[in-house]
Amino acid sequence: MENFHPFVLPFVLGTFALFAICIYKYVRWIRQFDRLQRAIILKNIFSVKLLPAIWEMFTECLLHLRISKKNWRLGYMHRSIAFGWFLLIVVGAVESRIGTPKNFHFWVAIFYRYFHQAPPESHTAFVFTQVMDLLLLYVLSGITLAFIKKIHSRILGMKRATKHTLMDRAVRTALWSIFPLRLLSESVSACLYHNGGFLTQTIGDLFSPNVAQFLEMPFWSLYSIALCVFFLLLPFTRYMHIFTEIFLIYFRKLGVKERVKMTGFTKFELSACSRCGMCIDGCPLYKDLGIMDVQSVYLLRNLRNLEHHKDIVEAGKNCLMCSRCSEDCPVDIDLMSIRRISRDKGDLDTDGNYQYLQKVKSFNSIGRVAYFGGCMTQLTPAISSAMEEIFNAVGQKYWFMDKEKSICCGRPLAQQGFNKQAAELRRKNTELIHSSGATALVTSCPICYNAFKNEYQLHIPVYHHTEYLDQLIKSGKLKVSKGDLKVTYHDPCELGRSCGIYKEPRNVLKAVATLLKTENEKEKSLCCGMNLGNTVITLEQQTILRNSALDNLTAPNPDVVVTACPMCKRAFQHGGTSVQVKDIAEVVAAATKKE
Amino acid sequence: MENFGFSLKKSRTVNLVHADMQKFDQLIAAVPSYKRCIGCGGCTASCSARQFTDFDIRKVHCYFSRGQYDQLEQELQKCMLCGKCTLVCPRGVNLRSLIINMRQILSNTTEILG
Ligand code: SF4
Ligand code: SF4
Ligand code: SF4
Ligand code: SF4
Repeated sequence: MENFHPFVLPFVLGTFALFAICIYKYVRWIRQFDRLQRAIILKNIFSVKLLPAIWEMFTECLLHLRISKKNWRLGYMHRSIAFGWFLLIVVGAVESRIGTPKNFHFWVAIFYRYFHQAPPESHTAFVFTQVMDLLLLYVLSGITLAFIKKIHSRILGMKRATKHTLMDRAVRTALWSIFPLRLLSESVSACLYHNGGFLTQTIGDLFSPNVAQFLEMPFWSLYSIALCVFFLLLPFTRYMHIFTEIFLIYFRKLGVKERVKMTGFTKFELSACSRCGMCIDGCPLYKDLGIMDVQSVYLLRNLRNLEHHKDIVEAGKNCLMCSRCSEDCPVDIDLMSIRRISRDKGDLDTDGNYQYLQKVKSFNSIGRVAYFGGCMTQLTPAISSAMEEIFNAVGQKYWFMDKEKSICCGRPLAQQGFNKQAAELRRKNTELIHSSGATALVTSCPICYNAFKNEYQLHIPVYHHTEYLDQLIKSGKLKVSKGDLKVTYHDPCELGRSCGIYKEPRNVLKAVATLLKTENEKEKSLCCGMNLGNTVITLEQQTILRNSALDNLTAPNPDVVVTACPMCKRAFQHGGTSVQVKDIAEVVAAATKKE
Repeated sequence: MENFGFSLKKSRTVNLVHADMQKFDQLIAAVPSYKRCIGCGGCTASCSARQFTDFDIRKVHCYFSRGQYDQLEQELQKCMLCGKCTLVCPRGVNLRSLIINMRQILSNTTEILG
């Protein structure tokens, strides 16, 4: 058979096995999508949403732009390996197709320098040879960086790299050996047939033809075997992310989202994680408390391998749900939903727990806004008093829903995996709000806000009070005066990273005070430590987190530390700082011009 | 019985020597901060569920700590896990964790996956 040699067999075998296993896995996962997810896919499958998906596949799976934005060195590393390899395959396929008029097999593209034993015949062939060498060099530069990262991650701007399993490390060795072996194989062939480019020919000329003759077969065989090992093991290791991310982007663009239980979509998300470890450095549990085995990368890995059930449960619980890792994840995996899924309480999550709420009736609020302080605001009444003052100042009639008795929004339950119980509370609150006839809902607690905005399906607009105040001030309804107060602002996790509200509180504060910058703000804001996401860390550990967040806020020497969350306020108030801690509503109420 | 000068109602006596403390030991292992509880009742005073019912979280954990587990499982279902109790507790008891763990121990369940 022409253009065949037994050494290609491992590669051929590996390629077929790879495709077979991937197709098997993907089909199985797609069948595990739930009904709603399938309906969404069917509805959108031929829509124009496909076009941006293709663009995103290109920019993320190949160019890795999101990683580059966060860390250009890591970005270069990922891009050179992914995009470089992709180009090697594509350009190699074109080159070999042109150069092999008959008996072309797909492996010829991979082992072209072996099968094409003649110097480049034409100008085009010469250019191809040089380009292929350039691409190989590009990939090799990425591999070198990956190697440096393994030895010393700080050079690549990472404090802590992921601790990989044995299997992951074995496959990594296979991957890393593929390209040096390719270089060596092509070099010895270049020595024998003078078909190399600037790189392979130069190295090849260092060999004596006898030695090259002797090494040719072992090198090409090893290259083929390295490819085979990598392909065979890929579906069982983190490298599954290479293909899975493509599908994830596609499904996500179609509108598929995580559900309360684990679905096939979750499996795609789990496998799309490359274990790059970018979710580790920012995690407050790592940064301030030195806890190193609970970060998203490990949770996802454990869930994927379903190893050590107990570990999963423990790692799942120990997380603040501060969303910092979601912010840092270059694959944009819905880490908070996966965390919640890992906490599913199963039979403990019971139905009909809150029948005692049946007798709670709503209040006729036609023409009013409903104000929901939230449970935590009951413990920080200065916030709700300030809001009441502001409502009165602008002549807005309101219904303070939970002035005396508070029904929880349900998010704290949902975060701990009590999905049915949370849904029961959501139903009750929805019924109260809708039957009241209120025109809008304003809430003071970012946790409730996130729930009302993203977990409820209310027919009326929902505002956090920062948004509401911003509107009042902008429209001129609320007249405020700018004092000479210097303030810093704390972005609560649930308001900032979870809901993307960064601009409004800043607008408001700039209207009433001088806003000082802090080192870690907006997306990088530090968790106050007292949030409801974590039930594992101790009060002492929470205090450490709180102090580090507070240090960040008091560093620029403000008169007042301003926050927009009753929970953060309480956390900071007890922080023993001499600086005052206030909610944004209190600051605005104090700056309101009295007529 | 000694005459202490006052009488005890039979229905109100708890014999701690014969109480089954195994579940309580489990609880303490899971939520060590509960050892710090002084029974002040701050948790009950702040409780959201209590605003609607006679649910008394202090009473529940107090019964639990005496090995009297009857009815506690149903009682605990009333909790909304809102976290006010945890925030007000002067002793830093992790009440939300305590509540989840009490429920898990009483019903003998753990988290499930997938
Ligand atoms: S979760 Fe995201 S950031 Fe963390 S390792 Fe996986 S891909 Fe990287
Ligand atoms: S949500 Fe916050 S605490 Fe939890 S793993 Fe991510 S960064 Fe760490
Ligand atoms: S508030 Fe804390 S110390 Fe007081 S009874 Fe409740 S748990 Fe115990
Ligand atoms: S978490 Fe439960 S016990 Fe604690 S205040 Fe809220 S409803 Fe009451």
